Amino acid sequence: MDFLRPAGWEEALAAKAEHPAAVPIAGGTDVMVEINFDHRRPDHLLDLGRIEELTAWEDLGDSVRLGASVPYSRIMKHLRGDLPGLALASHTVASPQIRNRGGVGGNLGTASPAGDAHPALLAAGAEIEAESVRGTRLIPVDDFYTGVKRNALAPDELIRAVRIRKADGPQQFSKVGTRNAMVIAVCAFGIALHPETRTVRTGIGSAAPTPIRAKAAEEFLNAALEEGNHWESEAPLPDSLVKQFATLAAGACNPIDDVRGTAAYRRHAIGVLARRTLGWTWSARERSTACA
Amino acid sequence: MRVNFTVNGRRQEADDVWEGESLLYVLRERMGLPGSKNACEQGECGSCTVRLDGVPVCSCLVAAGQAQDRDIVTVEGLAALAACRTEGGDCASGACGTGLDEARQWRADPARGTDSQTGEGTELSPVQQAFIDAGAVQCGFCTPGLLVAADEMLEANPSPSDADIREALSGNLCRCTGYEKILDAVRLAAARQEGTVSR
Repeated sequence: MDFLRPAGWEEALAAKAEHPAAVPIAGGTDVMVEINFDHRRPDHLLDLGRIEELTAWEDLGDSVRLGASVPYSRIMKHLRGDLPGLALASHTVASPQIRNRGGVGGNLGTASPAGDAHPALLAAGAEIEAESVRGTRLIPVDDFYTGVKRNALAPDELIRAVRIRKADGPQQFSKVGTRNAMVIAVCAFGIALHPETRTVRTGIGSAAPTPIRAKAAEEFLNAALEEGNHWESEAPLPDSLVKQFATLAAGACNPIDDVRGTAAYRRHAIGVLARRTLGWTWSARERSTACA
Repeated sequence: MRVNFTVNGRRQEADDVWEGESLLYVLRERMGLPGSKNACEQGECGSCTVRLDGVPVCSCLVAAGQAQDRDIVTVEGLAALAACRTEGGDCASGACGTGLDEARQWRADPARGTDSQTGEGTELSPVQQAFIDAGAVQCGFCTPGLLVAADEMLEANPSPSDADIREALSGNLCRCTGYEKILDAVRLAAARQEGTVSR
């Protein structure tokens, strides 16, 4: 095994071009588990820990360009205002020790359906900045997850950053697990209200082969909110509407039975999370409207 | 592969390190510092917690090569770190800290007046002494990780709420389930630090 230690981003891209099978390691919270357990013996480890720009973020006006290695603990602390859904999701990642190391780039690279960042990214709207010596491309998050632990990256590409739309309304993230810390999601749900475009977006984790949006639920809700003139109103949403949204969200799932839960449980739980998070975000919207 | 880094305030060098080796392995097997414990090897238990450039991490999930030029503090260095903090010093200068020999040679020895039951006769950090005084050490396996995590929290947040303590220690498992005493110990250390309870 070779340990490649590029001092800068260009050097890292060159190394990845030369060794496309090299495994990038940043926080190490996924990669080292596989190495410790002899599940993986890459010929090359590509350490991204020395590349400072990966741990920085910048304000692009309507979005945040989040460096791939910004640790979850810093997202929680510094980006709660612009990226509330991701900040909430970050807070549910494992433990303080893991949150001090792991970042969104690793979640995307691993592309586990259970990654906590995914539902928040799907709900907020995001683009993955993938870069290689050939150039940079922006991959919409909806096109990024291509299978269980598979993503749209080419072998010579590295994740430089994620461009996440800043919140223009309330966002929520909720996750089912056996305790608050150190839990791989049994299932998770993210929701973002976008009052500017009068749309609602969602993200489902751990209840399908990849992270997905509950598109039928979104379409139903967007149409119903428009039709009922609900964006103009401060009243709570009708129960029937919320219930139908939850049913459609559960219907979007394509889960499996495994040690953490059954498919039927996951489907049911996603319905519950969808109902709750819609309620929370909608009432937060009422409060923010009232304050304005 | 060779790794040069700072461990407990002293420059160290590890040779013949395998590229897939963890920082934990280097600390235990190459530095001879077995305080950081090896249990789950997947970041679930926190027993290998050390500080990497000041931040608590699971050393089993840090590749050894990633520790190059970084600053590590293990449980063996907590007493010196606490002393350094009290004096407002800078451990990175190498003036203080804990050498490998010093760390390795400690043992409970009545002839030398060192007692592992009471912590007497040896330099301990306040949080270590509080763990002893509160009876927070049962089998002791989780203790080093908890000490490093608790010490860091108390450094950043001198008057933690119970919720703060639970959050800070949520990545450390105690399979003796002695959590109540552990919480007592951290509360005691915080109170002593604030000067509201004397030793």
